[in-house]
Amino acid sequence: MVAIIQGIGAATALSSSSSFDSKGFQLSTVKYFPERKATSFVVRSDGRLIPGSNLKARNVSGRLVTNAVAAKADTSATSTASKPGHELLLFEALREGLEEEMDRDPRVCVIGEDVGHYGGSYKVTKDLAPKYGDLRVLDTPIAENSFTGMAVGAAMTGLRPIVEGMNMGFLLLAYNQISNNCGMLHYTSGGQFTIPVVIRGPGGVGRQLGAEHSQRLESYFQSIPGIQMVACSTPYNAKGLMKAAIRSENPVILFEHVLLYNLKERIPDEEYVLSLEEAEMVRPGEHITILTYSRMRYHVMQAAKTLVNKGYDPEVIDIRSLKPFDLYTIGNSIKKTHRVLIVEECMRTGGIGASLTAAINENFHDYLDAPVMCLSSQDVPTPYAGTLEEWTVVQPAQIVTAVEQLCQ
Amino acid sequence: MSSAVSAMKIHQPLPLPTTATRSPETPLFDPFKSNSSFLGSTHKLRINSLKSASSGYRRSAVVAVSDVVKEKKLNNSSMVNLITKEEGLELYEDMVLGRAFEDMCAQMYYRGKMFGFVHLYNGQEAVSTGFIKLLKKEDSVCSTYRDHVHALSKGVPARAVMSELFGKTTGCCRGQGGSMHMFSKEHNVLGGFAFIGEGIPVATGAAFSSKYRREVLKEADCDHVTVAFFGDGTSNNGQFFECLNMAALWKLPIIFVVENNLWAIGMSHLRATSDPEIWKKGPAFGMPGVHVDGMDVLKVREVAKEAVGRARRGEGPTLVECETYRFRGHSLADPDELRDPAEKAHYAKRDPITALKKYMTENNLASEAELKAIEKKIDELIEEAVEFADASPHPSRSQLLQNVFADPKGFGIGPDGKYRCEDPKFTEGTAHV
Repeated sequence: MVAIIQGIGAATALSSSSSFDSKGFQLSTVKYFPERKATSFVVRSDGRLIPGSNLKARNVSGRLVTNAVAAKADTSATSTASKPGHELLLFEALREGLEEEMDRDPRVCVIGEDVGHYGGSYKVTKDLAPKYGDLRVLDTPIAENSFTGMAVGAAMTGLRPIVEGMNMGFLLLAYNQISNNCGMLHYTSGGQFTIPVVIRGPGGVGRQLGAEHSQRLESYFQSIPGIQMVACSTPYNAKGLMKAAIRSENPVILFEHVLLYNLKERIPDEEYVLSLEEAEMVRPGEHITILTYSRMRYHVMQAAKTLVNKGYDPEVIDIRSLKPFDLYTIGNSIKKTHRVLIVEECMRTGGIGASLTAAINENFHDYLDAPVMCLSSQDVPTPYAGTLEEWTVVQPAQIVTAVEQLCQ
Repeated sequence: MSSAVSAMKIHQPLPLPTTATRSPETPLFDPFKSNSSFLGSTHKLRINSLKSASSGYRRSAVVAVSDVVKEKKLNNSSMVNLITKEEGLELYEDMVLGRAFEDMCAQMYYRGKMFGFVHLYNGQEAVSTGFIKLLKKEDSVCSTYRDHVHALSKGVPARAVMSELFGKTTGCCRGQGGSMHMFSKEHNVLGGFAFIGEGIPVATGAAFSSKYRREVLKEADCDHVTVAFFGDGTSNNGQFFECLNMAALWKLPIIFVVENNLWAIGMSHLRATSDPEIWKKGPAFGMPGVHVDGMDVLKVREVAKEAVGRARRGEGPTLVECETYRFRGHSLADPDELRDPAEKAHYAKRDPITALKKYMTENNLASEAELKAIEKKIDELIEEAVEFADASPHPSRSQLLQNVFADPKGFGIGPDGKYRCEDPKFTEGTAHV
């Protein structure tokens, strides 16, 4: 699958300025915490850059891609910025972010199975062990609960560990530590101990990997108080979110997807960190808001091509932050389009989409012209057979049908 | 004698290149004298009946040691050299503090000042004092829900612990943790965990930090050790074994202390464990396993010195099984009906505080008057702690949402575009998140 969004393409919303004014609401000034450093820039989903951001040799606003429709990667190279940037695959972007943070702070370490000598089962930590040593890129025995707890203990005593679950599903074994210790210790200790861990790994439905290797744990973890969850979907946001997660003082779970590791994209050479709490505007539109994340973003964009040909104008938002939801970006969109479709890979029951539907109904009920529709995976263990597996996840054709139904 | 194991051969510890463990000369359990085919059905097993058959047991404090931890032939004559007067008084004071505090907890609980699950440490003071009084402030201690005395021994003020139990803001965790979650960053008390076994990986992580600091961050003088306390029930838990493996594998500076009080609520250790000799599980993972009489603070202290020394020198972890006993029930809600009164009486005779008092007076290390003065001082301290806790304020509404995230931006962005935590109602605790 191809990367749809390039570098600063996230700031495309500025182009459709008329739609912002028409509803009469204003973009309130957002206050930022003083400790946010201005050594790199952060791009907000509405296109504004944080004051004091590093704008060295680029004039961002003049180079926005106004219509980020599904396009092949080779045609999008021109839109990234004045500097050419460099092209890489998603797993390399993750590694780049990780390496930059490990260079920056010697307390950052990686703990996981096969992360060291093997280089990571998806090569995210390739070549890091020879560079940083076996203690900083720690190959663990197969004991998820204990090494996750070990990461929590290390975080409490001053380190900043990143736990890699070889497959997100394995982290079910670490649920005790993630829920009780990771999420809760800051609170039960009365704020004395911080747990700046990052827990990351590939999840999602792959290519006939079987039920247990195709799990979507975002729905299982979402109730845990005290953690943040983000999902990356492009090399650009993968690197940015990885860096943000490592720098955050909160425990963050970063969800990657098995099928997205080989996405190629051109990303900026300069250092950048994305916001953990913000959603990404993928394609502005007028008729309907489609909220999605991770791999389903690409199914949505594929469906968007078809929809555009049929005369629809969908607004696609990659929510990125699964917990907490960016209700500002989502809300602005709903206030514009009045129709919402959620497309996710989670199970139907108790998934991210279910929570999001509830949040939207609670906060934006008055703005809806139609009930919120949520397309999720079927509530089945992912079957091995290719045909069955295809039917468990949402396919572009279903998205098109859903949009047509909602926009009647 | 009734045996804990049926039809099993005596376990010989695996001959490992790094540590060689001696099998006990006086086995605690004789497998050949079993009269029970299924262990789980025997509820009349009593530990004292086992001990009476092994005559050598009571004299020797350390039953099984590794070559690394030297066996000390402890008899009365050599014990005189074990502690100085100052050390003795310190140990005495710490144990009396633990005992008086826990007794006051019981009183306060029944008066309705604290609620929930409160697990008291009466009878086990020798373990806490024996280990923790050897530690520096920078060393870490990790415990379970029976953590009041570990926190006190490590240096957390009694008033802070009492306030925490009363649920007041002046508690060591601002009233947010409670009895089972005692934390102190200043004194490196890493908790306080409600689920057993949960704290062992955290302790392993703290030990990993210490090693990391020494080897990666090049803080050459960092020799901080971590002591993880947990019970006999926990020693059947997966996290225990996983951490024994990792600690031995990476030679982490940690001491695993099993407070074997023979009961996990109502489950006798003998009914729950295939091989009840927990110390043996150390050598299986490549670390020394030591058994010690946990009712005698001096013996515990001797073993602790070796184990802590090992860890500080970078030689790796040690598993220490302390045979001890809790005089009260599992918690204040436990009617404690299952335990044999004879067993309780047997251990009450071996009260660690009485034993130390006797030792100190008999060896002229302190007079009765001095020890009485300590007891009085502690009583006053505890009274003051209760007064302080009583007078302290309850947490206000605004505290509800604090400390959920270290960085409160984690609550996200609200529909108005502002971070939720910027909402003034947020600090009032009434904000909708």
